[in-house]
Amino acid sequence: MASFKPTKVQFLPKLGEKVTEDTLYWKNYKSPVQIKEFGAVTKIDFSPLAPHNYAVTASTRIHVYGLHSQEPIRSFTRFRDTAYGGSFRGDGKLLVAGSEEGLIRLFDICGRVALRQFTGHSKAVHVTSFLSDGFRVVSGSDDLTCRVWDVPSAVELSSITEHTDYIRALAPSKLNPDLFVTGSYDHTVKVFDMRSGSSVMTMQHGHPVECVLLYPSEALLVSTGGRYVKIWDLLKGGQELVSLKNHHKTVTCACLSSVGNKLLTGSLDRHVKVYNSSYKVVHNFDCDASILSMAVAPDDEVVAVGMTNGVLSVRHRKHKKDKETLTSRRRRGPSYRVFVKGKNFVPRQDDFLVSKPVKQYLRKYDKQLKSFEVSKALDTALQMWTRTSKPEVTVAVIIELNRRGTLKNALAGRNEESLTKILNFLLKHIFDPRFSRPLLTVGDIVLDLYRQVLHQSPVVERQLQRLMEVLGREAELQQELLQVLGILDTLFASLTPRKEVAALAALPVDQGPQLQAA
Amino acid sequence: MNEVLSGMNVNLSYPAITTERVNRFVLCTSGDSVKVYSTRTEEWLHSLQGHTNQVTGIALNPANHLQVYSCSADGTVKLWDFIDGILIKTFIIGYPLFAIYVSEKHEGIVFLHIAMDTDSKKEGFQLVAVHLPKSAEQEVEAKELSAVSSHISPNPSCTAFGREGQYIAFARNLQLNVYFFRKQKTYSFSLKATDKKGAKNAFTCIACHPTDDCIATGHEDGKIRLWRNFIHKKEYTYSTQHWHHNAVNTLCFTPEGTNLLSGGIESVLVQWQYGTGNRKEFLPRLGGSILHVSASSDGQLFCTSHSDNKITVIESSFKVCGVIQGLVKGDAVLTDLMIDPRSKALVLNGKPGHLQFYSLLRDKHLYNLDIVQQEYIYEAGLDQFEVVKAAFDIKGYWLATVEERGQKSADLEFFLKLWSYDERTQSFVLNTTITAAHTDRIISMCFSSSEETTMLVTIAEDGQFKAWCQGVDADTKQDQNFWSCDFVGSYHNLKPTNCSFSADSSLLAVSFQEVITIWSPDTWELLTTLCQPPGVIRDLCFGRLSCSKYLISTTTRNLLCCWNLLTCALEWSTSVEVSKLQSDPLSENVAAFSYQSKHTDLFVFKPNEPRPLFTHKNVCSEKIHRAVFVPREEPLNNCDESSQWLNRSQLYFLTQNMDLLTFSTATEEDRMLSSSTRLVIDDSVAVTPFYLLLGKHRQQQQKLNTPSHQAADRPQQPQGSVTITELLHTPAHVLPPASVLCSMFVSSLLISNTGVLQDPLRKEMESSEQEMNSEKEEEDSEGEMEACDSQQELRVQGSVDEVTPKLSKAQERELKRVRKTDFSWMAGLIASKP
Repeated sequence: MASFKPTKVQFLPKLGEKVTEDTLYWKNYKSPVQIKEFGAVTKIDFSPLAPHNYAVTASTRIHVYGLHSQEPIRSFTRFRDTAYGGSFRGDGKLLVAGSEEGLIRLFDICGRVALRQFTGHSKAVHVTSFLSDGFRVVSGSDDLTCRVWDVPSAVELSSITEHTDYIRALAPSKLNPDLFVTGSYDHTVKVFDMRSGSSVMTMQHGHPVECVLLYPSEALLVSTGGRYVKIWDLLKGGQELVSLKNHHKTVTCACLSSVGNKLLTGSLDRHVKVYNSSYKVVHNFDCDASILSMAVAPDDEVVAVGMTNGVLSVRHRKHKKDKETLTSRRRRGPSYRVFVKGKNFVPRQDDFLVSKPVKQYLRKYDKQLKSFEVSKALDTALQMWTRTSKPEVTVAVIIELNRRGTLKNALAGRNEESLTKILNFLLKHIFDPRFSRPLLTVGDIVLDLYRQVLHQSPVVERQLQRLMEVLGREAELQQELLQVLGILDTLFASLTPRKEVAALAALPVDQGPQLQAA
Repeated sequence: MNEVLSGMNVNLSYPAITTERVNRFVLCTSGDSVKVYSTRTEEWLHSLQGHTNQVTGIALNPANHLQVYSCSADGTVKLWDFIDGILIKTFIIGYPLFAIYVSEKHEGIVFLHIAMDTDSKKEGFQLVAVHLPKSAEQEVEAKELSAVSSHISPNPSCTAFGREGQYIAFARNLQLNVYFFRKQKTYSFSLKATDKKGAKNAFTCIACHPTDDCIATGHEDGKIRLWRNFIHKKEYTYSTQHWHHNAVNTLCFTPEGTNLLSGGIESVLVQWQYGTGNRKEFLPRLGGSILHVSASSDGQLFCTSHSDNKITVIESSFKVCGVIQGLVKGDAVLTDLMIDPRSKALVLNGKPGHLQFYSLLRDKHLYNLDIVQQEYIYEAGLDQFEVVKAAFDIKGYWLATVEERGQKSADLEFFLKLWSYDERTQSFVLNTTITAAHTDRIISMCFSSSEETTMLVTIAEDGQFKAWCQGVDADTKQDQNFWSCDFVGSYHNLKPTNCSFSADSSLLAVSFQEVITIWSPDTWELLTTLCQPPGVIRDLCFGRLSCSKYLISTTTRNLLCCWNLLTCALEWSTSVEVSKLQSDPLSENVAAFSYQSKHTDLFVFKPNEPRPLFTHKNVCSEKIHRAVFVPREEPLNNCDESSQWLNRSQLYFLTQNMDLLTFSTATEEDRMLSSSTRLVIDDSVAVTPFYLLLGKHRQQQQKLNTPSHQAADRPQQPQGSVTITELLHTPAHVLPPASVLCSMFVSSLLISNTGVLQDPLRKEMESSEQEMNSEKEEEDSEGEMEACDSQQELRVQGSVDEVTPKLSKAQERELKRVRKTDFSWMAGLIASKP
């Protein structure tokens, strides 16, 4: 006598994403911490020194946050107009920032008042940065000039006017104190050498450049602008390596992770995309608003994203230690010892083993199915928790009822409340390709059973109307897809070489008479 | 050479349990014989053979509980001694018989169902009483027939004897008739044609209470009616009970009349308490639908026979205590016949949703493998998943199955499943389930036969063939242990009909309607096409060994073609209608079954010559669609020209009547005969409780061994059984102490294959004999004896916990005295050891 076989729940794999090590790595972040700033966050820069504080430029202030603090530990507020491009020096002790009025200010990280002010730009300065020797500051401005300033004396060392539009991107070389890269709205990226005082390389990006980025080896240069991200090989004289088009709005910022130098790009389309070393998108962070700035802390501990609505969203990396503390706090039940008690007993050689029949544990719906209580089983499967978090269980019970030929009985004789439950479930899942087939039968049976009484309940009627809309839309979509498939088929057919087909067709014809002769 | 029916090819119908001291037997009809099983060991003991046609009924002789009557369609009633399997008497009636009933009160009279003389085809059955003449002859003609009633139901369970044989009740359609022997009158009671709801009211079975005037009847709609007070024609009453949702197939009162047992298609045995209204107990999920229930005369055991060729033995406490399982017969065998390469067992459809493994060597059901893994609902007309295709790879490590549901309706559901063999559990474990392998029904599939890589090819009605592989995923570069699709191929959108791999797996042949396409599985390149119109290709098979350059195909237009793959030309063709083509994996031979003018012929040929090696006309009258070559354990050395093709493997085939047939050679038959006689002798000796214990134990061992070890196939016969019987029959007070006997007894049970272990015993024997002769040598022999005693002790420690204590001098002397008394029977014990 066999025992009752429980209902088999089919777990169909979801199509699409494949799990790789990269996705696992980038998924391993906690849910973001949201910090509200006064205006759009235009620049985030991490200090290269140990506590890795980060400066956030937003509106007329620059706030410095600690890695785990949600309140600023320091703020620089002495700006009369919007501040731009606050960035640290290589030793993390000085901070430089441009502003809307054209002034460049230099702050000591501990002080409040600006140590130096560089005046000279006639229009807003959007990007400022230290050169790698730490004694010079380079700035790019809307007045089409690029200027280099001496920090000790606060004088302008040189001014280069080669761009023909606003300069909105700047990246100093870390290896050579005389090199820096600028990107401008005139669609070009230029590499400047301070020793010659002019550009040594010019790349055509094709769109207004929003951000430039140098790889640590400084052989590769990333420029973003428009919907494109382009990688240039500097060692080959600025040859374009790849052009990526994964965003559907302007890509505003790019940065590199410190582990494995993975490229991250943020865009106005509210997504941050992570690329692997062959420039395929491996992960995607979603944000609430258009992204203006982004930075990754050393060791990828923190991903900070600044958005147009003034929200700074900070994601911290999950660690094993956190998980352990969480679980240890949560555990209240009996200890592990209780569960393994007697289970790990190994009988000795001369012990006589009395085996106990294993009790079969059945789920509630299985118990009801076992005793042929079909309506109750369906009710159990349609309970709130099951139908929302495990729709496949509900569908499995529906399939089982259908197999037993009792689905109609189970659906019959329901009141408005339980019928709405079923219809809600249908509305939510009927177009899911995994479930659509059994759920369509359910829909058919419901219509058959309740056709006479439908008009009595406005709630049910409204739901059916919605169901009709949903199905209509789905049908249209299917039709469109079929059309596309047809177009593709003709394309493929015209692409395949003609000769081969002819050869294949000719073969049986050739052999026919020969065989008959044999 | 001739054909031999193989397997328990039989409907185990109408079982009867007998009680005989402690041992019980189950008797059941099976084809033209009655089989006798032991209820304790579930072993087949012997069969009562002698009838020349289907045995239709058996009944225990009420006058002698060791005898049984059997009736057959050949028109004879035979009386048997079923313990020894001896035919006592044959009564020739002269008409085909369909059921037999006996009663204690009517000694020397049997009641039989016979077909009406005029038109036996129609539903005209007669119940007749036959007086069996008393004479000493073996064969007697019984001519004293007196009709009790004509126009009775053809269903044998619609007739039953009432209390103490006072009346006999029989029903037909909507009428219940009771014939009283004393009054010589028949009362009839009829029901209305339909109830209010239109339920069917017809009678399906009858049982009479053994001590009370009560008749229980089962009906088409699942109701059970209990009729009382039917002695008065007008004032009869009945009460109705309803649990079964389909027809009640069988009813049976327990001998004391306390309970009523009923069974039907639901496969639930229901026990109704008599007289307490509606109290009942259930025993669900017994197997196929219950056809017949019977109870032993002391009420200790019940047994049910099922539609899937199975008998379940149930204790009176409603626990299953034994299952006798034959070759499971479903409605149809949908899968091919296959051989599990590991256990060499025959694999085919078993229980619904299962594959059964059946050992042909031992003619025994091994186990059922659950493929569908869903609860089977026993309900008529319900469309449920069935295993329709299955295939093994060459090493028996992979099993692929296809299950299907909705053959009749439009929305077809099917799953392709791949099972891997688990060494630890010695069974197949589900590895991959593929939900939508194709967009339409899978027609056929085959595994590639190479040793290194396993590949499965499926062909489907959607015009595609797909190759499935287990291996590396292209995207993630990770090793997967599940199967995925490797290649999809099609040919001019034609519907494929069959597929086959060559012996070395270097070629794949897929037939598309009239065209055979040859593919290379390594590159998936279409190598060539072969075509011989007209006629759609039905079967495909590659030649083996020296004939591996040939490809043989059969078409629907009666053509058998042999292609040479080296020249890509037709080698030869012949016009013959072939229903099944099967190639022998161990030789070049190919067997073709041809169905022409209502009978099947068999041709065996080698692909390199169009002349058949062996022909057998008129194998059977039905069409044959399933056949398989079963490799032999060891090849026969048969020089006979006509049976040489059977040397390496044996051909089994399945007829449409679900009979499994095979060809056997003369030498084999001799062997079979000798083995069966030996079995009978052993079993007839061993009807002691001790043997039963052994038997049960032995059977368990077999079960453990079956999948893995073929060498330990034949059960070890208990040795020295004569000694054991003597031991157990000797009164306890004359036996030596148990501690003395125990060690010897245990060692006699040990299977010794070295001479070393026996030596001490023999020495002991010698020494004791010497003792009797001369007292002088006592010291010597004593030393020896002690040595052997300690050896025995050591041996005993292994098996028995208790260690025999060291004997004192006085005890030893006592022991010797005891030994001197009775040793003659012990000689048998030693002599019987090999």
